[in-house]
Amino acid sequence: MTTVDMTPATNKSNSPTNPRRRVYLPNTKYIPILATLTLLLIMYFTGVANYRNFGQPSVVVNLFRDNAVLLVVAVGMTFVIITGGIDLSVGAVISMTTTLTATLLAGGWPPLVVLPLVLLLGALLGAGMGAVIHFFKVEPFIATLAGLFLARGIALFINQNSIPIRDKLWKSLSEYRIVLADGVVTKVTSVTAVVVVLIAAAVLAWTRFGRNVYAVGGNADSALLMGLPVGRTKIAVYTLSGFCAALGGVLFSINSTSGWALQGQGLELDAIAACVIGGVLLTGGSGYVFGSLLGVMVYGLIQTIITFQGDLNAAWTRIIIGLLLFGFIVLQRVVTRRAK
Amino acid sequence: MGEPSPVLEMTGIRKVFPGVVALDGVDFRLFPGEIHALMGENGAGKSTLIKVLTGVYDIDGGDITLGGAAVRFTGPLQSQKAGVSTVYQEVNLCTNLSVAENIFIGREPRRLGRIQWGLMRKRAAELLARLDLNLDVSASLDTYSLAIQQMVAIARAVDVSARVLILDEPTSSLDASEVEQLFKVMRRLKEEGVAILFVSHFLDQVYEVSDRLTVLRNGKLIGEYKTAELPQVQLVEKMIGKELAVLDDLENKAQRTRAKTAEAAPILSATGLGRTGAIAPFDLTINAGEVVGLAGLLGSGRTELARLLFGADRADSGTLQIDGKDVTLRSPQAAMKHGIAFSSENRRTEGILGELTVRENIILALQASRGWTRPIPRRKQDELVDKYIKALQIRPADPEREVRMLSGGNQQKVLLARWLITEPRLLIIDEPTRGIDVGAKAEIQKLVAELSDGGVAVLFVSAELEEVLRLSHKIEVLRDRRLVEELENTEGVDADRIMQTIASGATS
Amino acid sequence: MTILKNRLFWPAVILVALLVVNMFTSNQFITVRDGHLFGTLPDILRGSAPLLLVALGMTLVIATGGIDLSVGSVMAISGAVACLLISDLGNQNSVGSVLLIIGVAIVVSLVLGLWNGALVAAVGIQPIIATLILMVAGRGVAQLITDGQIINVQSSPYATIATGFFLAMPVAFLIAVGAVVLTVLLTRRTALGLLLESVGGSPTASRLAGIRSRRITVMTYVVSGGLAGLAGLIYSANIKSADSISAGNLIELDAILAVVIGGTALIGGRFSIAGTVIGALLIQTLGVTVVAVGVPSKATLLFKAVIVVALCLSQSATFRQKVFGRIKPRPATAVRAEVPA
Repeated sequence: MTTVDMTPATNKSNSPTNPRRRVYLPNTKYIPILATLTLLLIMYFTGVANYRNFGQPSVVVNLFRDNAVLLVVAVGMTFVIITGGIDLSVGAVISMTTTLTATLLAGGWPPLVVLPLVLLLGALLGAGMGAVIHFFKVEPFIATLAGLFLARGIALFINQNSIPIRDKLWKSLSEYRIVLADGVVTKVTSVTAVVVVLIAAAVLAWTRFGRNVYAVGGNADSALLMGLPVGRTKIAVYTLSGFCAALGGVLFSINSTSGWALQGQGLELDAIAACVIGGVLLTGGSGYVFGSLLGVMVYGLIQTIITFQGDLNAAWTRIIIGLLLFGFIVLQRVVTRRAK
Repeated sequence: MGEPSPVLEMTGIRKVFPGVVALDGVDFRLFPGEIHALMGENGAGKSTLIKVLTGVYDIDGGDITLGGAAVRFTGPLQSQKAGVSTVYQEVNLCTNLSVAENIFIGREPRRLGRIQWGLMRKRAAELLARLDLNLDVSASLDTYSLAIQQMVAIARAVDVSARVLILDEPTSSLDASEVEQLFKVMRRLKEEGVAILFVSHFLDQVYEVSDRLTVLRNGKLIGEYKTAELPQVQLVEKMIGKELAVLDDLENKAQRTRAKTAEAAPILSATGLGRTGAIAPFDLTINAGEVVGLAGLLGSGRTELARLLFGADRADSGTLQIDGKDVTLRSPQAAMKHGIAFSSENRRTEGILGELTVRENIILALQASRGWTRPIPRRKQDELVDKYIKALQIRPADPEREVRMLSGGNQQKVLLARWLITEPRLLIIDEPTRGIDVGAKAEIQKLVAELSDGGVAVLFVSAELEEVLRLSHKIEVLRDRRLVEELENTEGVDADRIMQTIASGATS
Repeated sequence: MTILKNRLFWPAVILVALLVVNMFTSNQFITVRDGHLFGTLPDILRGSAPLLLVALGMTLVIATGGIDLSVGSVMAISGAVACLLISDLGNQNSVGSVLLIIGVAIVVSLVLGLWNGALVAAVGIQPIIATLILMVAGRGVAQLITDGQIINVQSSPYATIATGFFLAMPVAFLIAVGAVVLTVLLTRRTALGLLLESVGGSPTASRLAGIRSRRITVMTYVVSGGLAGLAGLIYSANIKSADSISAGNLIELDAILAVVIGGTALIGGRFSIAGTVIGALLIQTLGVTVVAVGVPSKATLLFKAVIVVALCLSQSATFRQKVFGRIKPRPATAVRAEVPA
């Protein structure tokens, strides 16, 4: 009996003219993420070399504090993008959540009722959008754009002004400091964000739901023919993204002890950009939560560098963010392309 | 054979789409331990019947019983659970996932909700070993060839512990040894009592492997036969409902016109042309009116060679002469300026534009070569399109129909029409007859012969040796991304001779 | 029945219904005063010009399967450039100088569009990310041009492009109509439309059919940039100043919405300019109506959201089939249900 012995990449990278290539390269799946990591490190050490105190551990720890909301939202977005979708509503869900939370707390609702309620609401809105996308075949971009209008519309309808939060639990969560090491402290929000990242990464890698997410993004028709619950998976990722956005809103309201209907405007694009920088393909089927984490770190580090630079006005801040984003994406493309 | 009761029985199945009756009172039965071929031309209703069986479509009438119990599938998941597994024409797997995942997704071994990756890989490797495949199961599926992906799909279907296994055109992308391998697996499964429904356009394969066959035509049942008792000619008649005389005309025609074309002026001649990683440097001359066949296995460099001559990819070595002058083809447009046309093997992704109409698809290349500022007047468009719809017998003959609504064969004809209206001097066609029915195939072959008579040179790429032999004046044999031999298509040359070269890689 | 299946049926019905509502609620829907058209309808037409222009360019970009998020920033930059140059003029009312400056601003916008197109077609960055770069940085550039200030101008020729009248019609609307007509001619009288739809359908197949896909893709971003620049000029001429923060803020979303309401799919391919016009007018009219019928300002976005959701569902063939499937569609009742909300 003859055995067909095949090593992978018979037809692509491992062409007869270039037999040695494989040896030097890591698994092609990880190239975008490694490229991001390398560039992130370069950026970090450039900062360390140029600014005093940049090398202190608190700079890294503060990255998580300052970007906790973006991180949580990006995690939900990662799931959605891996299925080949997109969720534009996340920023608006944040504003809806903060406004509602502040209003309910001001109205004397117990915080332990408000918390699950707003999370549930975010998840429900996500589920609704997922259902519209799946059952009525509305393009995700449009369905979630409608969700954006709806969520922000609700937020503005509740209150157009910033509402302060005076609830004890919120206050204490906001003020609570976790000491990691001497002189290095962090907040509840950053710890929450890190926990969310870890759970999400585990779910994507080790559960059936996680693998179905990849399958749906890789080829939804095939996934259906393989008997996978495509509809349920699609609805679930939007639900998850809605939940993450609501959680982001809660973190926001804890950080700022206030709620405002114009909070989180444009955050959806930051989250999408973070995912893309982290190597999550907008076409679906490929990407990792840790990639998105790196993407958020890139975003955060850009902000940090700008802060350290100090003398930049708002206009230059925007331009520098744009330029760095540009440099980053182009570099990543060059690295990824060369690897192939 | 002669089992008393079929494992699957479908009676009076009816399925209606808006404007079309796809299945009209079709009966079908499948016994355990048999390989049953489902035969019919494109549009006969085979695909619809399979989709009914797998629960993708709900039926509008009729009954299905599986293992004696009446069933009605509402989705693929349900039919799979009932024991009906399917491997489709286009490999329906997720190529972004690993081999092991593709086999086990949805059924991963778990402990406390956590997927046991190690166990899963081990089981996948064992399962593939049963089919004589030794793959790296943790590599992602898209690093493997289509043929291997197909095998993985079958491994998955088999492991879902199927009572009924449906193989929809599994062999269309496999080479001869892979087909043998597949048949071995099929026979083994048959011995284990699995009922296999097999669909293939290759009649020889049907005769080699199947026990029984059912013929459909235009959504109706023509009959059920024992394969051994139905001669091939009669089968073809039942499938297409008419006699096929066209093909006989073509026999030996190539040899008759050979003298003329051998002396004609060369249109194109390549010297040491090549592209790293795609095709090793080769020499090739094509004369006016000459049909040059490219033979070789999938991945032998056939397509890569064709793409270089069209400027779809750029050569990184060698020179190309057209009409005796050195040229460099940087883009398809450049090639088109020299009268070269190219129809890709990937009809759906690199050929037709499904959303556009037949008319728009046909005029596209001509329009592109004129540039956007010089639109072809509508009257002229209609004239040209009507002419080619008639000449190529494109069905339905409606120029404003969206091309995706047409059958594969008709889509192929639309593609050919797109290039014919540019009046090319050299037409490169890559696998024009793959996956299309016998009638359309014959028409396309006839067209190639006619073009050649009219002085157009044709570079004909096909996996089917018989077809290459029938049409070509000379045959270029490729192996491992290298042009290994050039053969004049004379009396002594036959399929065995070419196979030998493909297999052993004789040097020329 | 076929008219009911047309994707533009419901948007058109809603547009007409909204206009009818306005006819009853506004004291002057349309009248002639001083030889000009006055009233709500001319206001809607005038106000819709920037969105129409932006949506027009967006249609072409979306037809190729792309998207342009940077239109708002381009609007801001073009307005900033024009206002800065005009404010430096000795005589701000010099028609020749103003025209020249408008030309300069539009050339700048075209170059910005070229940048987007190059990133998408030459570098190969996904459109949503490629145009995000300019979206983020562009507003910074605009702020830099105006030095963080709001530049006010007192130029009557400049103001004319937004608030002036020509042959009794608002000039801004005429500019938009001109752009629409020009685009229709450009795409449907030449082969450009076909080639665009082909590239949007499949860039690979188009390339192999001899179409210069890249060139066409770049062209659509350039056109989109130019039209956004024009929209920015009208916007800034209307407020007689350059406001780099709020000029064109979030207009990309409205423009994309207008395109989709108009029946052009985001995946590219077939596009409908008539649909985009209806979509843009609908969105503008909706905004006006909300105010006119006295919806409290805090509920305006919610109101808009409800209509948008209804429209998106009406665009879904599956939805129509599931809801109106067996029942005879009854447009009259459905419309009535949505209008007084």
